[in-house]
Amino acid sequence: MGKVSLTIDGTKVEGREGATVLETAQDAGIYIPNLCGDPDLEPYGGCRLCLVEIENVDGLPASCTTPVAEGMVVRTEARRVNEVRRHVVELLLSDHPDNCLTCPKNQHCELQRIAAYVGIDQQRFKKLERPALIDSSNPFFVRDSSKCILCGKCVRVCDEVQGVAALEVFNDGPSSKIVTVDDRPIVESVCESCGQCVAKCPTGALMPKDFRWPAKEVKTICPYCGVGCGIYLAVRGNEVVGIRGDLESPVSKGSLCVKGQFGFEFINHPERLTSPLIRRNGKLSEATWDEALGFIAGRLAEYKGDKVAVISSAKCTNEENYLIQKFARAVLATNNIDHCARLCHAPTVAGLAQSFGSGAMTNSIDEISGAACILAIGTNTTATHPVIGLKIKKAVRDGAKLIVANPREIDLCRIGHLWLRHRPGSDVALLMGMMRVIIDAGLADSSFIEERCENFDAFKQSLEPFDLDFVERVTAVPAEQVAEAARLYATNKPATILYAMGITQHTHGTDNVLATANLAMLTGNIGKPSTGVNPLRGQNNVQGACDMGALPNVYTGYQRVDDPKVEEKFETAWQCSLNTSPGLTLTEIFQAAYEKKVKALYLVGENPMLSDPEATHIDEALKKLEFLVVQDVFLSETAQLAHVVLPAATFAEKDGIFTNTERRVQRVRRALEPKGDSKPDWWITCQIAKRLGGQGFDFEHPSQIMAEIAELTPSYGGISYERLDDGGLQWPCPTKEHPGTPILHTEQFTRGKGRFLPLEYKPSLEQTDNDYPLILTTERSLYHFHTGTVTRRVKGLNVLKGEELVEMNPVDAKALGIADGQRVKVVSRRGEVTARVKITPVSPPGVISMTFHFAESPTNILTNPAVDPIAKIPELKVCAVRVEKAPPVED
Amino acid sequence: MERIETEAPAREEIGAGYAGRIFRQIQRVIDDTGGQAGTLIRVLQQAQGLIGYLPPPVLKTISRDLKIPLSELYGIVSFYHFFTMVPKGRHVIQICLGTSCYVKGGQRLLDTLKKDSGLEPEGITPDGKFSLETVRCLGCCGLSPVMAIGDDVHRKVKPGEIKDILSPYE
Repeated sequence: MGKVSLTIDGTKVEGREGATVLETAQDAGIYIPNLCGDPDLEPYGGCRLCLVEIENVDGLPASCTTPVAEGMVVRTEARRVNEVRRHVVELLLSDHPDNCLTCPKNQHCELQRIAAYVGIDQQRFKKLERPALIDSSNPFFVRDSSKCILCGKCVRVCDEVQGVAALEVFNDGPSSKIVTVDDRPIVESVCESCGQCVAKCPTGALMPKDFRWPAKEVKTICPYCGVGCGIYLAVRGNEVVGIRGDLESPVSKGSLCVKGQFGFEFINHPERLTSPLIRRNGKLSEATWDEALGFIAGRLAEYKGDKVAVISSAKCTNEENYLIQKFARAVLATNNIDHCARLCHAPTVAGLAQSFGSGAMTNSIDEISGAACILAIGTNTTATHPVIGLKIKKAVRDGAKLIVANPREIDLCRIGHLWLRHRPGSDVALLMGMMRVIIDAGLADSSFIEERCENFDAFKQSLEPFDLDFVERVTAVPAEQVAEAARLYATNKPATILYAMGITQHTHGTDNVLATANLAMLTGNIGKPSTGVNPLRGQNNVQGACDMGALPNVYTGYQRVDDPKVEEKFETAWQCSLNTSPGLTLTEIFQAAYEKKVKALYLVGENPMLSDPEATHIDEALKKLEFLVVQDVFLSETAQLAHVVLPAATFAEKDGIFTNTERRVQRVRRALEPKGDSKPDWWITCQIAKRLGGQGFDFEHPSQIMAEIAELTPSYGGISYERLDDGGLQWPCPTKEHPGTPILHTEQFTRGKGRFLPLEYKPSLEQTDNDYPLILTTERSLYHFHTGTVTRRVKGLNVLKGEELVEMNPVDAKALGIADGQRVKVVSRRGEVTARVKITPVSPPGVISMTFHFAESPTNILTNPAVDPIAKIPELKVCAVRVEKAPPVED
Repeated sequence: MERIETEAPAREEIGAGYAGRIFRQIQRVIDDTGGQAGTLIRVLQQAQGLIGYLPPPVLKTISRDLKIPLSELYGIVSFYHFFTMVPKGRHVIQICLGTSCYVKGGQRLLDTLKKDSGLEPEGITPDGKFSLETVRCLGCCGLSPVMAIGDDVHRKVKPGEIKDILSPYE
């Protein structure tokens, strides 16, 4: 884009062609007062404060809507400009309350600042108070219309950025006001409580509830999902009092979802574990660290080798995951180490490694908004990865074609061009059908296939059975929609594939992943910006936990335990002898515990009692253990069964590194002292290791652990704390000079050639029958995270979603005679759960859905533990059930 | 006039009856736009032409099919005085409250309408015969105060004459 030179206030300034006068002035460090401008929003021209004088232009144009032009002479401080500005501010103040000293926005109010800047020394207009219509219906923020200056920022951010459009300017002229549809309380509107309106409001019209200004802010990373949004923790005393989106974050650019913006109450929650607990006479009672650590070391020493297993945590930092797997392998002498990735993206790691050689997102989050076509399959992105959802919305606003493939009518269907409502578990058939259409229509990228890939012919042969008749029969998607999807994806480049657990949580999850990889290679949509195969990972650091080798078959950076060279390298580094046979996976660990083969378990920050399939079996397995240590921030359902419970520090109380879903390694910074006697997980693991005689656990700070990781892990080789201060680095980053890798497989695939894999359609293992005629598919709510251990302890989130609701299609509800809100019993071949019903066409006929956030209705009692043969992920997305009316609860 | 009081029906559910017929017609108006951008005002105008006003179910249908947020439609409909979300009478009475008419007693005409017929600005009589609006200026200040009923302009109206003026309207 070209440059334009102009003069602002006598200074020669260079501006970008197409930029506005306001932007150009701001870039040059020249302040122009304004109340409705925002770099994230379209120019609005509403507040009339950014007026400037431009030579040879009539009147006083608004600088925010005037593009720069060559030779333009701009004066921002002309006398008549300032007169008009004073007039405008006077008018704004004429219906604005004067109670600044008691307003929570005092000294942080833009209107106040601008009034002072332009210099208001009189009030010539009659005071007209806007009526104070207070809407405090939202649990997190309050709207006070009397302080509103109608800048429209809340309306615009909600529509332009969030794509929610809960708010609108109603009426015109002096009767204008900001309302929801029908002027209902905001909590009854489509509002998703992301708080971006609150963040943008220049006055006190939108304020967080119970607000206190912080004494300091600490830059860190959101602890919820795998997006890894940048945040500032607002700290006062030893307490987090608020959160602000980090505008500099390359991932989120200031955006946050409701959990990231408001879900911090758990950090200072009174139920936090603050002391080690040891079970004595059947009861957990407080103990000192010395007692607890000594006790654990004594007991674990009895089980070294294959009798012990370790479960690490995708919530913990990279350093902690590294230490936990090092502890398991070097001290406990076992490869029985795994974590919850087994339940979410094990097929991604296994599948994409086969196809490409690397099992992670191929491209970066921000590139999604630049795609011309997005295939979102098996991902309810706006609920599970809300800030990635924003990138999709932006792409669609900019003209991208969005194909949504999902059995449920998720929010993205609203803006999608094509919605493929396929049967749960029929993804391979759908994708193979699309690929056959692409080849038959001559839309495949043959030169890419020729130059970059291998095994194409075998794959092509496997497409034979997937004619559109067969595909329609298996998937229930009309043939013409499959063909249209194929055409859209193949002809609108760059095209990107996003997927999540709708793809992976099947007994054929790895096949599903391979199918997405085949599709991307077939059309050459890989290795270029805004293309790729992009698994959206669930936990904040599930990518990092995998990278750090908290897996039974690999050390850090996916170096195989059964590779003698790797074994030697780690034996030398850790000065111990290591086991070369891969250990048990998460699902196998519980089975082994059930069979009393694994007798002791050290479990960090996970809650299998609610998260793992067939929870009753997990419960029995845990109770058969001779020794269970649980390390967590709360006394989770699993911790309640432990022999020793260790109180861990939260993300706000420690330093470390998280790796987000786009392989971006980011710094987490300590903002508070750990609550009570809780300790960071890395410290705890080191203490246990040392008491068991482990060498190489003398760390004083996580940065020292990171240095050891870098030495042993090629893809993290160039990463150090010093390099992470500015937005993080995406691995592979092998050397200290390497800038990181936003896009994988650009020149060649990690494994050399991209490998096409032939596939066949395999039905889900669990099938419906007369006794269990409905399919249950599990999902997640925007308002909660995982097993709810943390989010259930945030009051406001429970106001927004307080209980499990079984979502059921009206057709099924009618057939069963079930009314909306009625309590039902959901029964599977493995157990039963009671919850209330929500009747909604979002769920297709024959399919019900439930989350697993609520301990009161533990959905995973129902789910099927049958696993994918390669990735060992359970079939959590397809479970045959029946629904019966349940008696109402007695109060 | 029948009122539309159903929820926005799904496309495939639009059935028989008055509401069904209206929704089919609105659907045709939307389909005729061929998904082009910038057709919203035309659709709103034609929809209002069919029913006389724009009730929530109609706005919901338009919002869904044109993929424009419902809140935005509310904003637009409330901004343009031409659009209305409440039913209008068979005859729309406009009382001018521009400077001249106001000085000459426009407000007294409003008071009388309220007293005699229970009509308030933006209101409608129970039989649906008249609805009432106030306007800023009808451009005939020499005849103030002015009361317009549909296309008929009544000049220099005195409160006592209102009853006789209204009586011929059916």
